[in-house]
Amino acid sequence: MIDYDKLLTDSIKSVKPSGIRKFFDLLQGMDDVISLSVGQPDFDTPWHIRKAGIDSLNDGKTYYTSNAGLDELRGEISNYLFRRFNIPKYEKKEILITVGGSEAIDLCIRSLVNPGEEVIVPEPSFVCYSPLASLTGGVAVPICTKAEDEFRLTADALKAAITPKTKLLVLPFPNNPTGAIMQREDLEAIADVLDGTDIMVLSDEIYAELTYGDVSHCSCAAIERLRERTVLVGGFSKAYAMTGWRLGYACGPAPVIAAMLKLHQFAIMCAPTTSQYAAVKAMRDGDGDVDMMFEEYDRRRKMLIHELNRIGMPCFDAKGAFYLFPSIQKFGLSSEEFAERLLNAEHVAVVPGSAFGESGEGFVRICYAHSLAKLTEAVIRIERFLKTL
Amino acid sequence: MDKLLALIDENCRLTTEQMAAILEMDETELAAKIKDYEKNKTIVGYKALIDWDKTDREYATALIELKVTPSKGRGFDKVAESIYNFDEVQSLYLMSGGFDLCVVLEGRSLREVALFVAERLAPMEAVVSTATHFVLKKYKDKGIIYDRDDRDERGYIGL
Repeated sequence: MIDYDKLLTDSIKSVKPSGIRKFFDLLQGMDDVISLSVGQPDFDTPWHIRKAGIDSLNDGKTYYTSNAGLDELRGEISNYLFRRFNIPKYEKKEILITVGGSEAIDLCIRSLVNPGEEVIVPEPSFVCYSPLASLTGGVAVPICTKAEDEFRLTADALKAAITPKTKLLVLPFPNNPTGAIMQREDLEAIADVLDGTDIMVLSDEIYAELTYGDVSHCSCAAIERLRERTVLVGGFSKAYAMTGWRLGYACGPAPVIAAMLKLHQFAIMCAPTTSQYAAVKAMRDGDGDVDMMFEEYDRRRKMLIHELNRIGMPCFDAKGAFYLFPSIQKFGLSSEEFAERLLNAEHVAVVPGSAFGESGEGFVRICYAHSLAKLTEAVIRIERFLKTL
Repeated sequence: MDKLLALIDENCRLTTEQMAAILEMDETELAAKIKDYEKNKTIVGYKALIDWDKTDREYATALIELKVTPSKGRGFDKVAESIYNFDEVQSLYLMSGGFDLCVVLEGRSLREVALFVAERLAPMEAVVSTATHFVLKKYKDKGIIYDRDDRDERGYIGL
């Protein structure tokens, strides 16, 4: 009998399985669960965008597109980034359409990181950066961001983490899971540290449109000093509720995008054609849809921040994405124990903060991509659970 | 649109504290504003939407098109008043188009509704004609879809 474990590469074996696997098992067979642990919008893709995809199929547009993606779409992305975030326009050779933002992250890391080189990853953050860095033979260097800094990356912390081997800095803001954002002055301070180095920046801005309050999203690519070293990753999943369409993009210096394109064409060929036609429609006529969903998320965000603080789960005024990251430290449980007991007692699922890196311990991630009615019911259940601790 | 009214229209079960947080208003000020709306009849009432098909209650609903002769001086309002005062009348609208008043009636059975139309509405002096349409199934009311499959298809956990 073949021992498959022996056949697998050492690098893939070194990647740890997700720490939340057992939650899937617990959740199976549970009725009446309110799952605040999802990571995607609760809206359907707006109808006119879906229709554009359907129309493209009816018109027989079922072939591959060029490897880099439809010319038309790349043009629209450049216009959109300029219109919405004041990012100077990209040329088409500086834009690559990918299968979700995730593929763009993978391509960027694989194109830039040699074995032994270091990738700085602020944590808590989305879980893919460190494993992808390890798979290239790179070394992930986590920086623990702190609640007292509202989980921003500070220039001092960055300075302390840089070594001669540092190749890439990941900037995952607006942040999953904390909801943290980086404002222009925060990014200027990061630029000060990077000036004079060859360190590249992978700026994962998949939640860019979901920045609340009186600040608007500031992209790394809108800061002149950072632009030349930035690979901007964006996508359609979060802002347009298009997770299942699997479509994202990377914008950056032409030589880096060309390298990413080489990998993309061998592994993927091109992003899904139907999704690309739908995305053209989204970029052209979808601003109103984004604004409508944004308003709704903002109402939920404000209600939930207030309610979590009221029931004793301190939570800062998180201005990004659709997540809150309240502290559970005073209850004396690990975040995993807390999540498991809450799920068993009240059938409310949250994600333990430890799933997003060591510095996430003592917190849980709550997603507010749910109706107000669902969220108020969840708060009632969580409050009842806290009284038993 | 007034954001407070829009919020109450969507979900009147939120506490004033929750509404104040959403609208970034002072809670006392918000409660006073609601009182004002109630007083000046901008907010005329609060009701739950109940799917009676899920209960053992026997009922029948009909939509009745009425053609009427408006009264001198008070137009349609006088006729309308004499109709909406019946407990059986759930809603009453003045319409444009092929008929004048749209009455939504509810009774315990089709027969009870039919008798109401025949014995109460049709004989009224101002009523010229009636056309009764029984509701067979309610799919959506006040923006709420009845019997919607509420399963969260997003899966339980996503990072």
